[in-house]
Amino acid sequence: MSVSVRIPTILRTYTGGVAEVSGEGGTLREVLQKLDADYPGIGARILDETGKIRRFVNVYVGEEDVRFAEGLDTATPEGVQISVIPAVAGG
Amino acid sequence: MALASTANTSLDFGPASALSCRECGTRYDLGPIFACAECFGPLEVAYDFGPVTREEIAAGPTNIWRYSKLLPVPGNVETRPNLQPGWTKLVKADTLATELGLRSLYIKDDSGNPTHSFKDRVVAIALEAARNFGFHTLSCSSTGNLAGAVGAAAARAGLDSCVFIPSDLEAAKITMASVYGGRLVAIEGTYDEVNRFCSELIGDELGEKWGFVNVNLRPYYAEGSKTLAYEIAEQLGWRIPDQIVIPVASGSQLTKIDKGFRELIKLGLVEDKPYRVFGAQAEGCSPVSTAYKAGHDVVQPVKPDTIAKSLAIGNPADGPYVLDIARRTGGGVEDVNDREVVDAIRLLARTEGIFAETAGGVTVGVLRKLTESGTLDPEAETVLLNTGDGLKTLDAVAAEARPAAVIRPSLAAFRTAFAN
Repeated sequence: MSVSVRIPTILRTYTGGVAEVSGEGGTLREVLQKLDADYPGIGARILDETGKIRRFVNVYVGEEDVRFAEGLDTATPEGVQISVIPAVAGG
Repeated sequence: MALASTANTSLDFGPASALSCRECGTRYDLGPIFACAECFGPLEVAYDFGPVTREEIAAGPTNIWRYSKLLPVPGNVETRPNLQPGWTKLVKADTLATELGLRSLYIKDDSGNPTHSFKDRVVAIALEAARNFGFHTLSCSSTGNLAGAVGAAAARAGLDSCVFIPSDLEAAKITMASVYGGRLVAIEGTYDEVNRFCSELIGDELGEKWGFVNVNLRPYYAEGSKTLAYEIAEQLGWRIPDQIVIPVASGSQLTKIDKGFRELIKLGLVEDKPYRVFGAQAEGCSPVSTAYKAGHDVVQPVKPDTIAKSLAIGNPADGPYVLDIARRTGGGVEDVNDREVVDAIRLLARTEGIFAETAGGVTVGVLRKLTESGTLDPEAETVLLNTGDGLKTLDAVAAEARPAAVIRPSLAAFRTAFAN
């Protein structure tokens, strides 16, 4: 599936300053794997050493926080927008 | 290691020396950044404090700027246009204490701030950061109180403002957020969705030169809550209370009150002694309380459903730190349902003449619950925070707080109505 991924400011050093990149994969896990292949090192910023989404990162597939869905196994349908956002905001 | 891209010698943040990641300790130069580039952890202000004495503080202005040497603000902050928040009353709540069976209870009543909530404290610090970074617009995601505080502070300082709220807020909070002349934008969604929107706006050219007080200025903003700890200790005669009960939305306030107490101890301004920190949530939005009771150290987000809208943050940024602090200090995190919130608002009003907003109802309700369960020590000196004004959440109690009778203006009518 072809998807788009919004990159937060602090990870744009990996994408040459680009805010939105195209991605590929049927699940969030696959999309992140492809993202890391395209922009080496970015995966380890989003996932921790054990392969889980970092505690202070929120990932959305479309409108849904993936913690409310299937986490890294959340399906990523054709054309969906994925957003990676620092969690330490608000309040 | 300083990974700075924003180093600027013209910045004046007083005693603040750097930003430091609370998770991994990576340090950054002071700048409009909020998350660690290494691990996404929250950035906090680090300081090189000079000497500070009780006498010097006591001789300062009767607002938060009496503590300016402990805050990331310029030394001349009190001469600049701002709302001069703080130095709110610490009320000795003997009637409520007696009713609950507590020996000694104080209420820190922050409804006495310029826009009637504790948010004026944090916004005042964020405003100085916005000025330092040359931002022209002050912005935020808000559950209501913050939007009003940002609008008012921007108006006083002569900045533009554009604030974002969930569209289903209480009428009074919507009015207050819009009356100061800035732009108020209501978003069809929950607070967490508004927050996400702002986090995305910040990386977009539409948000260029905007200071989002609780996003890109959050490290500075959050420090404002330390002043609650400073004031409580000073008003108690330079003493830290044994127990404190604090409402939890994002968890930032509780985290920074703890930081404030620890700084006072480190600076020798108060005696080093143990204190217990308790967090209060509404049952309909209790991700931190749920994690605490389950023994977890991560917080699973929830979708909020409670009348305590100012606490309705389902994905609390500082939730893990609230858990750490509650456990470290031998405190806890508890929640109460909406019925208990309304009862607690009325209890506080009836016993102490303080009309709290729903968040205050949550905190008083949790105080009562923790006392009844024996979790709080009834002999220990306890402080409770009321963070907002009941006039902003009238609907919560309007159905029950009604005239006892509606009569014609005659003694006979009064006699008849109250004959029994």
